[in-house]
Amino acid sequence: MKIKSTLANYLFVLPAVVIFGVFYIYPFLKVFQLSLMEWDGILPTMQFVGMSNFKEIMQDKIWWNSMWQAGYITLIALTFQNCLALLLALACDREIKAGNFFRVIFFIPPILSEVVVGLIWQWILDGNYGILNTTLHNLGLSALVHNWLSDPKTALTCIAVVHSWKGFGWGFIILLAGLQTIPRQLYEAAKVDGAGSWHVFTKITLPLMVPVFSMVIILTILGSMQVFVLIVSMVGQGLVHHTDVPVLRILASMTGSSRFGYACAQGIIFGLVLIIVSFTQKKLSERIRQV
Amino acid sequence: MKDGLKYIFKKRAELIVIYVFLGVVALTCLFPLLWMFGSSLKTQATVFSDPSLIPARPEWRNYYLAWTKGEFGIYFLNSVFYTAIVVFGIIIVSSLAAYGFSRLKFPGNNFLFAMFLAAMMIPLPGSFVPLYVLVNNIRKVLLNTLSAVSPQLAHIMPAGFVQQSNGFILNQVFPRSAYVFCMINVGLSLSIYILKTFFDKMPKELEDAARIDGCSKLGIWRHVALPLAKPAIAVITIFNSLNVWNEYILAQLILSSKETMPLQRGLIVFQGMHVTDYPLLMAGMTMTAIPIIIIYLIFQKYIIKGITAGALVG
Repeated sequence: MKIKSTLANYLFVLPAVVIFGVFYIYPFLKVFQLSLMEWDGILPTMQFVGMSNFKEIMQDKIWWNSMWQAGYITLIALTFQNCLALLLALACDREIKAGNFFRVIFFIPPILSEVVVGLIWQWILDGNYGILNTTLHNLGLSALVHNWLSDPKTALTCIAVVHSWKGFGWGFIILLAGLQTIPRQLYEAAKVDGAGSWHVFTKITLPLMVPVFSMVIILTILGSMQVFVLIVSMVGQGLVHHTDVPVLRILASMTGSSRFGYACAQGIIFGLVLIIVSFTQKKLSERIRQV
Repeated sequence: MKDGLKYIFKKRAELIVIYVFLGVVALTCLFPLLWMFGSSLKTQATVFSDPSLIPARPEWRNYYLAWTKGEFGIYFLNSVFYTAIVVFGIIIVSSLAAYGFSRLKFPGNNFLFAMFLAAMMIPLPGSFVPLYVLVNNIRKVLLNTLSAVSPQLAHIMPAGFVQQSNGFILNQVFPRSAYVFCMINVGLSLSIYILKTFFDKMPKELEDAARIDGCSKLGIWRHVALPLAKPAIAVITIFNSLNVWNEYILAQLILSSKETMPLQRGLIVFQGMHVTDYPLLMAGMTMTAIPIIIIYLIFQKYIIKGITAGALVG
């Protein structure tokens, strides 16, 4: 009777565990196996090559270049996007009319798909017919008119800015939720003691917000390093290596050069980089909290 | 007195700066969307020259053309199909599992739940490679089985019918169900987490009463737990709908034929084929964005709840 009941209990989690096992655990383990192989994805036979895929990655300049480019996008997202999010959250964290209205508006870009966002901005930034260049021209700023997305020098920055446009709503929502947990009495007490608003911000708000900042930073890093659909929809395959990021490289190894083992090895290296970066960030913020 | 005036003046100036700042950012959020909508109403001739936000003579026919000639009708219905099936699947599978993890005793309960939690936190870029391999392998097995079985079937049924149904299974049923299962898996961890925390807080008395009345475990799940969990189910429904509707990469890898593609994939395919047909592309994009924006405006409270729940785990 008891065994029967336990088995019945298992049935509740069985569908979830089966789906998870087939579509998450199996691919997870398979990545490690394939990373040691040379395989074109079609032939039934794979060739075991040991660590040679990893050795090759270490010398793959295109791959590390794509990593730096994702890092550049992440850096802009961390500074520009998160500063904007923080300023907006601070502005909305007081008694202002229409605060909820702004909150709803700021979260529209994040709910749109990367494809739609990328294509809208591709149209706005278009070198010949884009509204940005037309406006610059009409304002007498023809010197600034530029082929934003087809010039390798500006394409990556444009992508990073659009990525920030799409993403700042996330940081804003989380930071605002964090700000609203700070007890108002703390602010009032500080005011009674004669503290200026800058003082209140650095001595009360900032220290209390460290855990929230840490979370926003990790989410920004993980989200920005893995960006790629936005790039596909903004520049397509146009600027091959100038707008390359790791996920696009993995896709190219797989569907482009049919090297599935190499693609998996790249995935593992990239996953490790992400884990190391978020772990370091976490340790750093813990240290800051203690100081 | 003078100080008081100065204080009020300073406060006012501060507020004005804040409102201008918020207003400008809000405008940059809205303008691209309005520009997309406006461009979708221009003709191929005016879209490059007419700088007005909404054209004087809106070309509504673009939507008809995009739906039919641009094939966005197929993509749209596919997106609705995938979103509905995947979200329904996630609700059933994750609520069963969450109820099991929260209320039922069996060895390995905590371990299995921890596994789902870990999946939310470990980034695994490139897992789409083996997923693609897996789907292809299943397809090969299916192909072999079908070609082994069809000669036998041809004895009982007309050969044309067998061939047709084989094609239907390989080109429609298989890629669609593969995509649906992959997407159910994508939403599973977060949904189980949200529902389990909800069930954990739920009072046990109602379930006890139902048990005394002779309700089975499955009956309690169906008639007590599910109805009570409506707010949590609303959160996972909306959150997962957005997620499935906006998904791109798995759709690209698994769904290769136009008949099975969802909107996001269809947009990229359309752009690749008709590079300069901006009005129809913008019409397709507006069709893609509007359902999401409407759902968001209606349920924004739930969406933001789901997001903060998701963020708090990581």
